[in-house]
Amino acid sequence: MTFRKYLVLAGITAFGTAGDSLLARGMKQIGSLSLHNLSGLLLAILNPWVTVGILLLLGFFACYICSLSWADLTYVLPATSLGYVLVAMIAHFIFHEVISPTRWLGITLIAAGVGFVAASPSVTFSHDQNSPDASHDAVSGGRVMKRSNYE
Amino acid sequence: MNEIYAWAAIALIILASTTGDVLLSYSMKHVGDVGELLQRRGLAAVLGRVLATPTFALGLLAMGVAFYSLLFGLSWGNLSLVVPASASLTFVANALAARIFLRERVSRRRWIAALLVAAGVVLMAL
Repeated sequence: MTFRKYLVLAGITAFGTAGDSLLARGMKQIGSLSLHNLSGLLLAILNPWVTVGILLLLGFFACYICSLSWADLTYVLPATSLGYVLVAMIAHFIFHEVISPTRWLGITLIAAGVGFVAASPSVTFSHDQNSPDASHDAVSGGRVMKRSNYE
Repeated sequence: MNEIYAWAAIALIILASTTGDVLLSYSMKHVGDVGELLQRRGLAAVLGRVLATPTFALGLLAMGVAFYSLLFGLSWGNLSLVVPASASLTFVANALAARIFLRERVSRRRWIAALLVAAGVVLMAL
C-alpha cells in the first residue's frame, strides 16, 4: 500500500459521505417521491443539492473502481466503512435529525465491527480464476493483499 | 407506511449494490492495476479497457438501480436510517457474495465483524 493508494481509500470515504449528505438534503427539499409520478425523478436531478451530490458520488465511484483494481472487495469495503458513522454525525449535527439512544448504540456497534475488521491483518488473497500463475502476494504494513498482474 | 417503503427500498439497495459490487470488483480485477496502467498507457487506454469489459456495464446497471432505490429511500426515511442500514447490510451480503462468487478468503474475524454490524443495524431499526 502506497500513500497514493491510502489517498484513494480516503477519497472513497470523503466523497461518499459528502455526496450522500448533499443528496439527502436535496431530497428533503423535494419531499416524498411517488411511483405514480416518475417525472419527479427528473426534477430531482435539477435540484442544486442533488446535482452537486451526484457529482461528488461520481468522484466516489472513480476512487472506488480504482481501488477495486488493486484491492479485494472484502478489503476495500471495511477500510472505507467509517463513512457510515460520519453520515450519522452529519445527519445529527448539521441536519439536526433526531438520533435515539438505541440508534446511537447501533451506530457504535457498526463502528466497532468496522474497526474489528480494519485493525486486523487481513489475509484476503485468493486463487485467481483467470490467471493462477500470474498472481502473487505483496506484504505491506502487516497486511497481505492480493496483487494480480494480467499483463 | 413510509417506514415500510423505506425498508423495501433498503432491501432493493442491498440486492442491487451487492450484485453491482461483485460485478465491478470482478471487472476491475480483469482490467488490472489502474494506477500502473495510467502511468504507462494514459487515461484513454484505461477508460477504453474499463468500458470494453462487458461485466462492467452490467455492474454499472446494478449500481444505477441501487442509486435510484437510494433516492426513493432517502425521500421516505431518515438519512441516519437508510444510509447506515442499507450500507452495512450490503457489507454482510458482500462478504458472502465475495466468498462465493469472487472466491475471496473471508476470515472468522470478518464474520464476527459482520455480525456486529448486522446487530448494529437491528438496533438502529428499533
